[in-house]
Amino acid sequence: MHELSIAMGIVDAALEEARRREVQVSAVHLRLGVFSGVVKDALLFSYEAACQDTALQGSRLIVEDLPVVVFCAECQAQRALDSIQQFACPVCGTPTMDIRQGREIEVFALEVVDQQESSSPSDQTGSRQQSTQSLDASNPSKQEVEL
Amino acid sequence: MSEPRLVEVRRNVLKQNDVIARGLRERFREAGVFVVSLVSSPGSGKTMFLERTLTELQPRYRVAALVGDLATENDALRLARSKAPVKQITTGTLCHLEASMVENALQEWELQQMDFLFIENVGNLVCPSSYDLGENLRLVLMSVTEGEDKPLKYPTIFNTADVAVITKNELAQAVEFDWQAARQNIESVRPGMKIFRLSAKTGAGMEEYLTFLIQQRDEQRAAALGA
Repeated sequence: MHELSIAMGIVDAALEEARRREVQVSAVHLRLGVFSGVVKDALLFSYEAACQDTALQGSRLIVEDLPVVVFCAECQAQRALDSIQQFACPVCGTPTMDIRQGREIEVFALEVVDQQESSSPSDQTGSRQQSTQSLDASNPSKQEVEL
Repeated sequence: MSEPRLVEVRRNVLKQNDVIARGLRERFREAGVFVVSLVSSPGSGKTMFLERTLTELQPRYRVAALVGDLATENDALRLARSKAPVKQITTGTLCHLEASMVENALQEWELQQMDFLFIENVGNLVCPSSYDLGENLRLVLMSVTEGEDKPLKYPTIFNTADVAVITKNELAQAVEFDWQAARQNIESVRPGMKIFRLSAKTGAGMEEYLTFLIQQRDEQRAAALGA
């Protein structure tokens, strides 16, 4: 399982962008090719662990699955594959290795709020407010710890 | 507090690995070393196959190997019998090699002193598929004892590899290995893939594969010198 190192890469990238833009991140939008070699469920699980003790703690990871898209030389068209077990044009059946999409592991966008100009450390304030909802529902005691 | 807004950042998560891999590929090209990586599931015969490869190439070529393993140095010790320089990369809990590990492991080696460098990945058919190591050729191995449908179960790794090597062919009859089905499955996930069937134990089929490797290296050298 290499999803934890991928998750840490996602967190690093998001943190760097957040610092540069001086914003708080509430959600990370990831584009994940179905042919990336990454298992989505394992990644979602790992993401939470990778966010621990960072400014991203409590943020959400939103994954958009990207199908494999190939170019069919016969049809002269791009086609999404139905199955990654068969690299052939789904319309005419011509085998193809001209892969145009499907291997992406890309932090596409961030949902952000501007950092507040308050006296308290901004990263704590941000993550606490963003995560209140989920903490209330799932684990009220966790909020105590964080405060 | 202001409303959340969406900002586009478009960051490739594996960019760092890809950048290092590109750098490695460039260094390999300049040094004139042809780099072959091996991926397979545990127990497919990677180490024996590599030992034989090193031994047979060695009279004519300068060869070396990097071996990724979770915890032990057994593979490196076995490969050292070939008398080729071998270095172990112990990955600890990590299930795959990354380009930075290859870069670190190569620090004390003179690439100019090599014709072929082999990189044996950790035995795993899932994780290594995401990481470019800067290699010129990626071989995926599967033994006849693993079943013909392995390519369909692990399409990503088969698709990202350049060559498939069916190992332990001396056992094919005993396990009723269906060669046609295996070939069809490989062709389905990776159209046009070059396939070798061989036995590292008896040596049958090794010659054809080694000839191919040498040919690939010559072609790459010619292209590099021409560029």
